[in-house]
Amino acid sequence: MRGLTKTYPGGRRPRGAPPAGPVTASRDIALDIARGEVFGLLGPNGAGKTTLVRQLTGLLRPDAGSVTLLGHDLVRHPRRAPRLLAYLGQESTALDELTVALAIETTARLRGLDADVARREREAVVEELDLAAVAARPLKRLSGGQRRLACVAAALAGRRPVLVLDEPTAGMDPVARRAVWAAIDRRRACDGTTVVLVTHNVIEAETVLDRVAVLDAGRVIACDTPGGLKALVGTDVRLELVWRDEPPLGEPEIAALRAAATVAGRRWTLRLPADRAREAVAAVTAGPAFAALDDFTLATPSLEDVYLALGGRGAGLERS
Amino acid sequence: MSAHPLAPGVGVWPALGAVYRAQLSRARVARIPLLFVATFQSIGIMILMRGVVDGGDGEEARAVVAGSAVLVVAFVALNLLAQYFGQLRAAGGLDHYATLPVPAAAVALGTAAAYASFTVPGVVVTAVAGGLLYQLPLGGLWVLLAVVPLAGAALAGLGAALGLLAPRAELATLCGQLGMSAALLLGVLPEGRLPEPVRLLRDLLPSSYGVDALAVALVPRPDWGSVVANLAVCAGVGAAALALATWAYRRAALR
Repeated sequence: MRGLTKTYPGGRRPRGAPPAGPVTASRDIALDIARGEVFGLLGPNGAGKTTLVRQLTGLLRPDAGSVTLLGHDLVRHPRRAPRLLAYLGQESTALDELTVALAIETTARLRGLDADVARREREAVVEELDLAAVAARPLKRLSGGQRRLACVAAALAGRRPVLVLDEPTAGMDPVARRAVWAAIDRRRACDGTTVVLVTHNVIEAETVLDRVAVLDAGRVIACDTPGGLKALVGTDVRLELVWRDEPPLGEPEIAALRAAATVAGRRWTLRLPADRAREAVAAVTAGPAFAALDDFTLATPSLEDVYLALGGRGAGLERS
Repeated sequence: MSAHPLAPGVGVWPALGAVYRAQLSRARVARIPLLFVATFQSIGIMILMRGVVDGGDGEEARAVVAGSAVLVVAFVALNLLAQYFGQLRAAGGLDHYATLPVPAAAVALGTAAAYASFTVPGVVVTAVAGGLLYQLPLGGLWVLLAVVPLAGAALAGLGAALGLLAPRAELATLCGQLGMSAALLLGVLPEGRLPEPVRLLRDLLPSSYGVDALAVALVPRPDWGSVVANLAVCAGVGAAALALATWAYRRAALR
């Protein structure tokens, strides 16, 4: 993708209010994704991740810039996108009233598979994602996580060299989440499938992604391997303190920590060099501070820290 | 680096078949209660009208029965399909089909065909019940074989287009309801009793020609020329409505 830009006209406002300015959802985005790579787009809600993948899948025409996918110009030929990639959007409305089995099989048929092949493909994907128990039930009768899993199954049916998955594991329990990650990994290992995965889940990003682009307000603010991104924030560690009672602000050590912390209710979050963090832990685990302390955690930097250190404005990343 | 070969696109007929099969199964699960509502509504209207319309093959009796039978098609194909596409579009559900290599026509036509076929049992039950209630000859009812698909195409095409073109899902629902009310009033009331402007409106409604074809067939010796002429108009309007639906689908799905 080169110089990709998409601006939405300002929305309507109530009479008398000042007119809304145009909203730029993607701002001059340039990314290169290698074949066979699991590439992530990480950012909070509203960062422009979905707008970006909708341009990549030919659903949305960019105002400027180019998208080249496996040698095909998708801005000039958007209808080639469905013949190169499978897309999992955030909505399941089109499949909601079908049974899981029929949703998968119909999607496979519509990706060009013959009836027999589509049926075998459906059986394989149901087995792979452990959906046999719910295969005969309509999607709308399933829990959110199971419905999402069925949609992932439909996206995986009928091989495509590129998978574009918009928050595939949203609302899933850890077992289902792991099954999806394993299925993605299997396709990459066996077929050399390229995967573009939108997420706002830090664990998912750190577990499955080869490289990740961090998006904020329509711009790519960093792009590297998860390890490389974490190296950007250096050796700072994160210290979180949760207070049961009023913290003893009379103590100079505690007052200094308060000044450096991001405070959310009774939770203080601090980013500190390792030696300062050790001193801080010593200070809060002794005397009146310890009596008022409910819990503390000390952690090495995560992609969330990277996001915040890079100037990300939202705090909408998920950490479970 | 050479371009990766494209996976084959799917032809109109296999895609239409797959969409039709999926939609019909979906209709079976989710829409049977609504089909009952549609059928009972039509039978209820016929029972009400029986109080003021005499039995026998007079113009009025035939108009009531034919109008009520086609009303089932209008309820499902026009009203429910407008709601379905309105909701699908509002919720972003069209993305699913737009990222599959299928022709736009296959999705619009497959869905419309499924909704139209779903009306068949309701139409047959209504027509037979009406024929018995008003003592009409039932020999001409085989005309339903042509009336249901042709009126179904016209009304489903119109319903799909309304659902896809309406800027909001609520408006799509409203348009579907209004369309059905029009089909009810203009279809069930005998044409001869309507004032001139309303009669013009009736001529504009695609289902009227299906009603007329069926009404003509409900006499002992039908004028087959008139039946065929009405069905021909219905087919023409149906083709136009489906073309409109396909265009509306393409416009809504690919921005």
